[in-house]
Amino acid sequence: MVITSGQVTARSEAFAELALPLFDSLYNFACWLTRDRAEAEDLVQESYAKALAGFSSFETGTNFRAWMFRILRNTFLNSRSGLAATRTIVLADDEAAEAELAQVTEETPETILLEHANQHAVREAMECLPIPLREILLFADVEELSYREIAEALAIPIGTVMSKLARARKALRNQLQGKVMRT
Amino acid sequence: MACELWLDKLNAFVDGELSAEAQRELDVHLRTCTSCAAEIAGHAQLKSAVKRAASRRYVPSAEFRRRIESQVPPRKRGTRTRFAWTWAPALGLAAAILLAAVWLARRPAGTGAATIGELVDMHAAALASANPVDVISTDQHTVKPWFEGKLPFAVDLPDLTKTEFTLLGGRVTYLGQSAGAGLLFQFRKHRLSAFVFQDRSEWRSLGAGSAPERQASFWVETWSAAGLRYFVVGDTSGANVAQLSNLMKSAADAE
Repeated sequence: MVITSGQVTARSEAFAELALPLFDSLYNFACWLTRDRAEAEDLVQESYAKALAGFSSFETGTNFRAWMFRILRNTFLNSRSGLAATRTIVLADDEAAEAELAQVTEETPETILLEHANQHAVREAMECLPIPLREILLFADVEELSYREIAEALAIPIGTVMSKLARARKALRNQLQGKVMRT
Repeated sequence: MACELWLDKLNAFVDGELSAEAQRELDVHLRTCTSCAAEIAGHAQLKSAVKRAASRRYVPSAEFRRRIESQVPPRKRGTRTRFAWTWAPALGLAAAILLAAVWLARRPAGTGAATIGELVDMHAAALASANPVDVISTDQHTVKPWFEGKLPFAVDLPDLTKTEFTLLGGRVTYLGQSAGAGLLFQFRKHRLSAFVFQDRSEWRSLGAGSAPERQASFWVETWSAAGLRYFVVGDTSGANVAQLSNLMKSAADAE
């Protein structure tokens, strides 16, 4: 009994050591997904509970950060607003909607584009992106996960990570262009 | 416009994902190709603009940080006992007082009481949560199959049509690393939780069944049947908790 509780303590401490430093990143990511602070808090809290409960199934040597983000993302997708978000995408036909969004009519070089687009515009443009594109930008540019880690977090092959990321950046550029042209 | 050959690799370049060989080749190419160089500068700018705009865009409140830190890790007893020797007399006294309090309150002893406390916390957390359930349904025929494959046992739900109770939904909950069912019910303006787990030997002290007991202003009834351990938690009254418990019991018997 003593040994068991000692082992449990050691394990949950190992978990805390790995998981707590990710707290700010997970929260930021959760807010970007849900766009609602209360919901993001629930999401982060539930993800920690799930990760702790499933920590024994986590294989040491694999990437913990990708594993945590994967849990959070799956929890989100199974939540009410996550289901609603994915349903909208499915209805609009994922690929077609993204393609339309990524359709570049007249290309402005980023250098000129970003001169006109301030931080606020970039945020707005990010918020307009469908969740599958928004999340991959967050993984690649904000969390700076490697392609391999992103592939683990999203459970997709690395080739798909690359094409999806290219689509996401194109879509973002397009959004920005629209905003710059409107102003 | 970037050269055809390199167009696909510009993203990988700014993400630092090119192989060493491809990286060298691109470096050579960039010395002579201004359009690719401009394209890469643009890609890099966009990447850093996203980072600036989106990282730490949302910062958690201090209160929420404390909440998570107290949740992870859930037990810190191991680290404390290592330094406990100087505190041994005080701890002994505290333990004696605690034991006396537990005995006086006639609570189920040991892990049983801790379990009840944890479940009351889980019920309170569900009440405070914006998303207390994962499957939202008032229909027991929707909620029961939802648990299939998620739990190592079947959850029998009561027929509430002729009662004042309504089912709000369910979720998978965890207690001591094993999964169980968390069900949320409504009675007028109040909400009650029912939890079902596989029974454990350490819960023997809780008994096979008893009348609801009061715990931190909540009423809790627990019983064990057919290898499962049930808990019903509510803040309405002992009678309501007993009523819901009876409904749960008859549902399990009916199956």
